[in-house]
Amino acid sequence: MENRPLEYDYTVTKMFMFTTIALGIVGMLIGVILAFQLAYPGLNLMLGEGLAEYTNFSRLRPLHTDAVIFGFTLSGIFATWYYVGQRVLKVSMAESKLLMFLGKLHFWLYIITVVAVVISLFAGVTTSKEYAEFEWPIDIAIVVVWVLFGMSIFGLIGIRREKSLYISVWYYIATFLGIAMLYLFNNMEIPTIMASAPDGSHVGGNWWHSISMYAGTNDALVQWWYGHNAVAFGFTVPIVAMIYYFLPKESGQAIYSYKLSLLSFWGLMFLYLWAGGHHLLYSTVPDWMQTMGSIFSVILILPSWGSAINMLLTMKGEWQQVAASPLIKFMILASTFYMFSTLEGPIQAIKSVNAIAHFTDWIVGHVHDGVLGWVGFMIMAALFHMAPRVFKREIYSKSLMTSQFWIQTLGVVLYFTSMWIAGITQGMMWRAHDEFGNLAYSFIDTVTVLHPYYTIRGVGGLLYLVGFFMFAYNIYKTMSARPVEESELQSASPMGA
Amino acid sequence: MFHWLEKHPFFFSVGVFLVIAFAGLVEILPSFAQASRPVIGTKPYSILETTGRQIYIKNSCNACHSQLIRPFKSETDRYGHYSLSGEYAYDRPFLWGSKRTGPDLMRVGNYRTTDWHESHMKDPSGVVPGSVMPAYRWMYSNIADIPTAYAEQLTNAQFFSVPYNEPIPMKDGTTEVVKMANNVTDAHAMALAEAKEIAVDMKDQNVKDAVARGEIPEIVALIAYLNSLK
Repeated sequence: MENRPLEYDYTVTKMFMFTTIALGIVGMLIGVILAFQLAYPGLNLMLGEGLAEYTNFSRLRPLHTDAVIFGFTLSGIFATWYYVGQRVLKVSMAESKLLMFLGKLHFWLYIITVVAVVISLFAGVTTSKEYAEFEWPIDIAIVVVWVLFGMSIFGLIGIRREKSLYISVWYYIATFLGIAMLYLFNNMEIPTIMASAPDGSHVGGNWWHSISMYAGTNDALVQWWYGHNAVAFGFTVPIVAMIYYFLPKESGQAIYSYKLSLLSFWGLMFLYLWAGGHHLLYSTVPDWMQTMGSIFSVILILPSWGSAINMLLTMKGEWQQVAASPLIKFMILASTFYMFSTLEGPIQAIKSVNAIAHFTDWIVGHVHDGVLGWVGFMIMAALFHMAPRVFKREIYSKSLMTSQFWIQTLGVVLYFTSMWIAGITQGMMWRAHDEFGNLAYSFIDTVTVLHPYYTIRGVGGLLYLVGFFMFAYNIYKTMSARPVEESELQSASPMGA
Repeated sequence: MFHWLEKHPFFFSVGVFLVIAFAGLVEILPSFAQASRPVIGTKPYSILETTGRQIYIKNSCNACHSQLIRPFKSETDRYGHYSLSGEYAYDRPFLWGSKRTGPDLMRVGNYRTTDWHESHMKDPSGVVPGSVMPAYRWMYSNIADIPTAYAEQLTNAQFFSVPYNEPIPMKDGTTEVVKMANNVTDAHAMALAEAKEIAVDMKDQNVKDAVARGEIPEIVALIAYLNSLK
């Protein structure tokens, strides 16, 4: 019968590729603005006194984190799922009208939710819980979007031709289940319109307002069980899914070790959830939980490095590709940054180190070497790999990719080194006592000392943003300026140019 | 076993779910009830304090200020007694924060005054040279939302049995009662009574005039909340 390869349908992939780029620009641009606001507070008034409420640091901060997590990263996860899923399961979206409909519905509901989130955060409608700032109506929309994602995953699996699930699919399934569980429990809240006045009269007030189901220490515990593992199942698990697919595809090398991928997967699943307690060291949660958080964070190095080493060894004997191909550069640097930040995290989770590091910019630095170096690089690499196949055109410019790589790498290095110094400086100054046992520094001393590092960080972030614009431009030109190839580029390297 | 799981997505997913759900059950459930008991002297928030707390959240003050004093000498010297779990019993949501771009505020009511906050929120670097905190001038004209705060108080009382209108034991052996209104009109009147006490100590004529007219600018509610943090 058929000897032709399957024609995959990339309609939904394309849609999510656009939002990955658009929301990446939004999130990173706000990030750069925030960085410079800390170095130069006058920028809080950049659009004048009248709009100060909407341009000041505190209103923009949640927008930055949420645009990068739920905009850029999540779009990247969805875009790659709709691409990788079809290919490793050997079935096309075009084969099922239902799945195609659900995929498009998934995209458009996602867009509506994003718009609602942006409006509500600008307006200051927030629950205050980090990465879970959304009020209950948006939470419900997010759950629906997530269920549609799940239906797509299990729907495609249901009609698959390849019976064995490839490693990437394990990670996508885990992403779906993990986020679903965490999000639901952390966002348990009571809308305040459910209360009634004792005398039965009308209360009024904002209908969207709610309060958390948990109070104080319990709320903190649930929040950081969520917060830490939203990182796990948003920034680690699905990104590992991507690298397990795209690195072997791009390099033409088989995964180094199946057993190592098994160990890493199940190890990561079991260990990660325990580590949330390291956000609450020396707080009022029970000591044993804090200790568990510390210990499991350190053990977590094993499965994290297991995946990363598996990736690096996949390149065994083919290291010349790193020099020759900018796309391989992105992925190798991504897994290197993954190793780096999964070593740095456990170090910060050791109680005595955490005593200095907690509440400082070192933590901010840690998040960013993970997100810029690992998540950002891997998602951009995935889009670079997909673009020639999705648009049936060769990548517009290889040299632009290489320049982008070095500019962004420099940006990440400036970012995390300045934040290391800033964090440790501030942590040490907070605790310094003079010879009489009095505090050596007032709080403001520990702020003004950070100015040079805040400036360097801003420059680092700006370089990364510049690189991201180069990336967007390269993809745009690939779509528009290149001649269309006859059929999908089956084995061609996107590096043909 | 793993090969078999990889061919059976349903059982694979169940397996993954059990493995990831396990840690949460073990870590979160055992101490849940114990951690939510208030310590002696912890009071629920009054109507104006609740309003102020919502303004604190609306402007993500928690993005830069923690409310968690760790048990180190350097922290207790700087901010006061280290935090106790029960002190947070009425905090929905918790506001510990994760970053101290500015100082901790857990007990800011002990060492800052209405007058200080008023000047500082209007022009932080005028009060603390070198400060990187933005000014919050719109809070001096925006009017606070009392009905939403009242709805929050009611929700706390009706769903979580927060003890409004009940005697609460204090550290010195006496008891105090935090009153909650019977309807939104009374709630507004109670908030205004609190606001008047704050406005007496303020200099901004527009704020004073607003309170005299029966309106409560956001800054007044926020200061009421900050003063309650002890």
